[in-house]
Amino acid sequence: MAVGKITFTKTEREKLAEVLWLLNWISVVTGAILFGLGLFLKIEIQKWQEVMSEQGILYVPHMLITTGLAACGINYLGSKICLDCADTNKFLRWKLVMMPYIVCTFFFTACVLAGALMCYSVRSQLEESLYLGLRNTMRFYKDTDTPGRCYLKKTLDLLQIQFQCCGNADYRDWFQIQWVSNRYLDMTDSAVVDRVRSNVDGKYLMDSVPFSCCSTLSSRPCIQHNLSNPAAHAHYDEQSQQLNLWRRGCQQALLDHYTGIMQSIGLTVLLIWLFEVLLVLTGVRYLQTAMENVIRLGDPESESEGWILENSLAETACYNFNIIKNLGKCYQVDDDPNINVPTAAADREVPSHQVRVNVAS
Amino acid sequence: MPFMSLKFNLQKRVKLAQGLWMLYWLAVIVGIIIFSLGIFFKIELRKRSEIMDNNESHLVPNLLILLGMLSCGLNAFGGKLCHESLDPQKFSKMKPMLKPYMLLSCGFNALLLLLVLLCFLMQFAVYLTLAEGLKNAIRFYKDTDTPGRCFMKRTLDMTQIEFRCCGNNNFRDWFEVQWISNRYLDMSNDVVKDRVLSNVEGKYLMDSVPFSCCNPGSPRPCIQHHLTNNSAHYDYDHRIEELNIWNRGCHQAVFSYYSSIMNSIGALLICTIILEVRLHTGLHHRPLQPVGM
Repeated sequence: MAVGKITFTKTEREKLAEVLWLLNWISVVTGAILFGLGLFLKIEIQKWQEVMSEQGILYVPHMLITTGLAACGINYLGSKICLDCADTNKFLRWKLVMMPYIVCTFFFTACVLAGALMCYSVRSQLEESLYLGLRNTMRFYKDTDTPGRCYLKKTLDLLQIQFQCCGNADYRDWFQIQWVSNRYLDMTDSAVVDRVRSNVDGKYLMDSVPFSCCSTLSSRPCIQHNLSNPAAHAHYDEQSQQLNLWRRGCQQALLDHYTGIMQSIGLTVLLIWLFEVLLVLTGVRYLQTAMENVIRLGDPESESEGWILENSLAETACYNFNIIKNLGKCYQVDDDPNINVPTAAADREVPSHQVRVNVAS
Repeated sequence: MPFMSLKFNLQKRVKLAQGLWMLYWLAVIVGIIIFSLGIFFKIELRKRSEIMDNNESHLVPNLLILLGMLSCGLNAFGGKLCHESLDPQKFSKMKPMLKPYMLLSCGFNALLLLLVLLCFLMQFAVYLTLAEGLKNAIRFYKDTDTPGRCFMKRTLDMTQIEFRCCGNNNFRDWFEVQWISNRYLDMSNDVVKDRVLSNVEGKYLMDSVPFSCCNPGSPRPCIQHHLTNNSAHYDYDHRIEELNIWNRGCHQAVFSYYSSIMNSIGALLICTIILEVRLHTGLHHRPLQPVGM
């Protein structure tokens, strides 16, 4: 028994073909939108790629870009096919292409769904990548004379200013690394030498932060140094301390930023997927089966039936599974009826008769 | 032969009318662009009115908004006129409206020319307002507890970060004002007391700048305090150090931003005037011999 059987008259078939032509053109536009979204995400990730330890999450925008391009191509072909389907003669041209086209559309919609789900699942990988990347960037903040790292200071300063964040998880991360290069430390000064010697690794650590951690919302000029000792500054009370620096960590700030972008993109892609499956794919399948049935019946004016699956779901699955099972099998002697297999009956000789031929004299 | 020549004229006139109709709708789109540019410019002036003493002139954006709407209306009507000149019956109804419309269009073109002149002349007003406004903004930087001025610090910090500038004309403007409020000074400290007493007006002046003057592109951590004292910092010479803080003054930076906006708007308005003149000469020559007669 067929799944989703509907009967179509000739006018209904033509109308379906027209509507599908329009829907396919709309799908070309949504494919372009998918492509644009993928490109936008790629650019956003590459803007701050220096503070990420690996570029693994780039597979999400790449998937969106390729799926978008595939959508444009497949749906453009689909619009041409659907336009021709209104007429039975023109349909014959596309008859052999229809099934592969529907299978391709089915796989490509699966890719669209995969792309949407990827957008939501990439958070933990991003979190790890940002944590390691920011830790390394902060460690190399002072290395403005080392090739390959000279712009890390500028990048991190601009990041902290733009996203209003400080440090990896907290501003105290800056207390654990040496962010002032030895080139700018006076090693003849006893205070400097003491501080370096008191540290196990020989690093010059202080309870200070760079200027980019300063909050513009503070009502007093920024206090960057001697942060662990509030008494060192005049009238430095609890409220001043809260507003003085940015409180958020840059890992959290960037994570929120990218998660927000990817959630919006994921939602849009899901909507596009729903549109493709419910309207375009189903419509094209109905049109294909209806047109094939018309040709089978032989009368272009008659009604025909369209369906999604010819037999029930279980039977179709079995049938396809058998096809795949037999694909690899070699040629079997028992099955082919065309081969003349010698049997016992063929041993008997058939006597030949003389045939009279009248020859005109 | 006479029949052929009439037919040729008819086709040519239809083509001319259609071309003119399309140009009219292009002019409507240009009118919408002028309207939105007026709104954009108004918002930009509002955003930074605090560093312009809140008395910047909104004449240019208001005129842009008005002329944008007027342009849309006039050009839509002109397009309708063009469309109806193809039909002799409708055209005879429209004919009495033609002369007032042409007069209105001439007036509109004169207003556009005036606005172009204003775009280039009002830049002087912006220049003077900015100079005065920034001077006051630097003076009131420390007054975060005074109503009406509590956000001056935030605005000036964000302006210096956004426009990559420091001070009014250069960073030395910060040396002449007290930008740390007395609330945050330890008056029991001798150093502080000496510095306040050594100044005629009792102001706490220092050769330091706020953090928003710092240049993120500098290879060394930002030096904000004791800028003119080379011995206060290791390996530092204030005469050759260029990357530490922004060298440009905010007056020049913000003025060049507004100047570029006004110059672009002026250039667009000149193109609009040329388009409008072309349209009106086209319409003027058309109705003398309407299509179909």
